[in-house]
Amino acid sequence: MSLLAEMNEKALALGIPLSVHLDLTYRCNERCIHCYLDHDDHGEMTTLEIEDLLSQLAAAGVFFLTFSGGEVLLRRDFFPLVEYARRLLFNLKIKTNGVMIGDAEARQLRELGVEQVQLSVYSHRPEVHDAITKLPGSLKRTVEAIRRLRSQGLKVTIANVLMTANSFDNPDVIALANQLGAFYTVDPTITPKMDGSLSPLALRIPGHELHQVFRNPQLVPNVEEFCAPPPPPGDDVMDGYPCSAGHTACYISPYGDVFPCVQFPLPTGNLRRQKFLDIWRGSPQLAQVRSIRARDLVTCSSCAHAGTCTRCPGLAYMEGNMRGPSTADCEKSFQRTGIPTANMALRAAARPPALVQIQALA
Amino acid sequence: MGETYIAKSTAIAARMIGGEMMIMSALDSTFFMLNEVGTLIWQSADGQTPLSEIVTKRVCPEFDVTLEQAQRDAGQFVDQLSQHGILLVSDQPIGSAAAAVAPTP
Repeated sequence: MSLLAEMNEKALALGIPLSVHLDLTYRCNERCIHCYLDHDDHGEMTTLEIEDLLSQLAAAGVFFLTFSGGEVLLRRDFFPLVEYARRLLFNLKIKTNGVMIGDAEARQLRELGVEQVQLSVYSHRPEVHDAITKLPGSLKRTVEAIRRLRSQGLKVTIANVLMTANSFDNPDVIALANQLGAFYTVDPTITPKMDGSLSPLALRIPGHELHQVFRNPQLVPNVEEFCAPPPPPGDDVMDGYPCSAGHTACYISPYGDVFPCVQFPLPTGNLRRQKFLDIWRGSPQLAQVRSIRARDLVTCSSCAHAGTCTRCPGLAYMEGNMRGPSTADCEKSFQRTGIPTANMALRAAARPPALVQIQALA
Repeated sequence: MGETYIAKSTAIAARMIGGEMMIMSALDSTFFMLNEVGTLIWQSADGQTPLSEIVTKRVCPEFDVTLEQAQRDAGQFVDQLSQHGILLVSDQPIGSAAAAVAPTP
């Protein structure tokens, strides 16, 4: 077992929130077409509130901290907050679009000991990337930021979200990442907006493209193994929990709301009214999330994919039941293996019969 | 032989989890989990206390180990962590200003 896995296991056993994703702001200088956020400021936590929160998180045992947004550099206190977090010895990752990162900012991030910076690049073609961000010139500025960060020796990851507008550009984004000395990660997940609006879902890539993504050796190290039919799940899988959300990880909004994950908008408490550890340890909603085991899942517990599916409980929650299926993940399991999920079979059975077309005899 | 002084680098992430110190180097992302002895040495690395004193006054009274063994293990431990930039090592006391400077890549 790797040290990281050992650390995770220990954190799980002790109820320690090892990872926290903190959005410093929802304000943004881009308007990405697939974004799930509302970019107005509804009363962000102040510098002092965030500093107090960071001290609470350090005392709670948080090791991995992500500052994200919105665009984090739109906060005037961004660098003082980075400095404060690093003084508390968090492993700090920054998610940014990079358009405000000049030489001085890149140097400061390195000097403050930020572990990693992640930037989204949607395409190598400016007309595609900029059409997604709705900010003219944004690809050029993001790529310049990556060069500056790399010249400081910082670890940089390019996140490539796949959607209908850019799904065929990923080989060139991989080439760009290689050229820039950046890591590359791909994600075909488009989520509903946090207010429940389903409008971004129209941007999800169709199933046959997902099928191609899963069979692309540039993206998947071992295609044969990855796309193999799922083995029957053992008791360890059925007694296991679905993901780290609410177990060793959580998400905090700029307004101090605590959720199990950034993709799991189940409110569990607010830091303006309660201390972090009181929410983490005492929230009935988190207790509910933690109580779920694979064998409790509606439909999914009887699915052939139960042991290998990437089922996201947050997406399932947004579909109406945190114990139910996440249809986006059903689609992924199906496109990966060619084997329909239990949820697909159920839906097909519930569908009204198709109209019978009677052809006239010739 | 002169004294060895050790100080914690600030280019690291660290947290005590379940009685063990987790440390990750921001330079090369190497991950370490320190045992109780390592944690004690790490916590004592103030840049001012010689390593020999850390071993004789803190490690030996706390753990069932000979002085010779403890000195050898502490030396190896310090060498290993300093190679990853996690501990700063000097034959002079290390001021807080020196420890606060993040190493260049």
